[in-house]
Amino acid sequence: MSFLDTFKQLSWEDCKSSIASKTAADVERALARPKGSLTLNDFQSLISPAATAYLEQMAALSHALTVERFGYTQQLYAPLYLSNVCSNVCTYCGFSATNKIPRKVLSEPEIIRELEAVKALGMDHILFVTGEANLRVGVPYLKRAFELAREQFSSISMEVQPMDRAGYETLISAGLSSVLVYQETYNRDTYATHHLKGMKSNFDYRLETPDRLGLAGIKKIGLGALYGLDDWRADTLFVAAHLRYLEQTYWKTKYSLSFPRIRPHEGDFQPMSVMSDRDLVQVICAYRMLSPEVELSLSTRETEVFRDHAYKLGITSMSAGSKTNPGGYVVDPQTLEQFEISDERSPAAVARMLRRGGYEVVWKDWDSTYDSFRPSRCESLTSKT
Amino acid sequence: MNSQALTIAGKTFESRLFVGTGKYASGETMRDSLAASGSQLVTMAMRRVQLEGQRDNILDFLPRDRYHLLPNTSGVRDAKEAIFAAELAREALCTNWLKLEIHPDPKYLLPDPVETLKAAEALVHAGFIVLPYVHADPVVCKKLEDVGVAAVMPLGAPIGSNQGLETRRFLEIIVAQSSVPVVVDAGLGVPSHGAEAMELGADAVLVNTALATAGDPIRMGIAFKLAVEAGRLAYESGRGRASHEAIASSPLTAFLDQ
Repeated sequence: MSFLDTFKQLSWEDCKSSIASKTAADVERALARPKGSLTLNDFQSLISPAATAYLEQMAALSHALTVERFGYTQQLYAPLYLSNVCSNVCTYCGFSATNKIPRKVLSEPEIIRELEAVKALGMDHILFVTGEANLRVGVPYLKRAFELAREQFSSISMEVQPMDRAGYETLISAGLSSVLVYQETYNRDTYATHHLKGMKSNFDYRLETPDRLGLAGIKKIGLGALYGLDDWRADTLFVAAHLRYLEQTYWKTKYSLSFPRIRPHEGDFQPMSVMSDRDLVQVICAYRMLSPEVELSLSTRETEVFRDHAYKLGITSMSAGSKTNPGGYVVDPQTLEQFEISDERSPAAVARMLRRGGYEVVWKDWDSTYDSFRPSRCESLTSKT
Repeated sequence: MNSQALTIAGKTFESRLFVGTGKYASGETMRDSLAASGSQLVTMAMRRVQLEGQRDNILDFLPRDRYHLLPNTSGVRDAKEAIFAAELAREALCTNWLKLEIHPDPKYLLPDPVETLKAAEALVHAGFIVLPYVHADPVVCKKLEDVGVAAVMPLGAPIGSNQGLETRRFLEIIVAQSSVPVVVDAGLGVPSHGAEAMELGADAVLVNTALATAGDPIRMGIAFKLAVEAGRLAYESGRGRASHEAIASSPLTAFLDQ
């Protein structure tokens, strides 16, 4: 059993028309549900066109639910790109194998320099990102990167190629705590038109990745769709169905959701459907109402203005000061970025913005000592107290 | 009028209101809210404590001469992780006091009784003063007492839910049969919930979300302080018997004695 079995029961077109058919009465029923009791049918109502008239009410509920669970806090993290080498051909990605760009895989000394630069920004949670290059940037390379990062970071996540369960188990024992793996789109036909070559063209293998992570005992799994590839409402429903399946199946794992969207006129790729700021707020609020405890993450893809307003509506973590190219912090800042950053403020500037808004910044929310790493490193504090 | 002081593992507390440190909008708000609450025992998640560098450190707002620190293992999923967290807490904060909380389920954050019992036994053996967070399960509380915990901390409702004493009937049993102090932890949303727990005989209550997410965390700190004191005084005073029928203050059978 995996999510693939659930997925096969769902029809893309039926989901689309079901969402479109929701009425104001359906939305009001969903809004009246007690906390944590929403069904996927209620969720369809909340992401439907009928719910757009209720956006203010949804935002207020989402804000209240988020404060109740997470308090007035916002966690900050930064991505660290280890490599832009990629064997996949994907229509929308700057790292696509057919793009004639200089390729780079960070060496060990370069990883150390980049880690130090991210640490100097104040970060304690780090996200490793790579393209898909299983030989050069496979489990042994990543394991070494984790060993280097573990010295300085409390929590290490990664967004890399999907792996088998044994690969995940190896990396978990090296310090991996969270994996982000976005399906991009849950429409199998559309997926095929955007993922032309390479391992990523295998839709089912990618779809079952969170199952393999759950079986490997990962602490947290991040899901999402890349908005712009197909109808955003249908993709949002599939993400929600995936989340619900995983929450019930791998009940010890935490989950996070992200909402990357391709904006028009960004690079050569033109999105098939445009998701407006208003649409994105609707999605964020609907996810929060579906799951009061899921972590919702907003990246620097979004503009400063949007982030400054949207973080109170359900968001629990934000990236800041991000560089999306390997070596982007200090080693080689000029290499090509995977995508263009919109919010270019430093982590300190984002933290100031959050504090002005009455939120505390959480830099650290785990300790690698719990994972049996760094068993004795408390001298500084002991001498202080 | 002061109520009786509470003693846990030889340490005496005038205040029976214990508080947490999560979810506050800033360290300054937390400091002021805690001061207003009059609490003398403060719990903090070790995963949030910065041991290197001093940026926004929770500990900077918690003077040791005012507060007794109770580090907690929040976030751990099993006994093994809890023991690592406990050892970190002991080294880092120079205290062998520990609030043991193990919740493998990140959705409702309900405590795992099997892992909690296992970890409690090992930690007591290793010299810790253990205050375990548990479901309001009278048998688990007695078993924890048997392995030597200093107090038990049964929940009123799921953490952060502000639902009040959903487990009231079982808390009454735990209070009735416990030989160690009972601290009602989790789910207390408003001061009257705190008063209710104290009236039924709890030795103390622990509150976090209700203070941290209040519109005015400082005034809410005062409100909880007063409620906990009132509840305790009422308990010590001995309440009148509750009855479903009216009992006339001029009894109907009084004429028989005339």
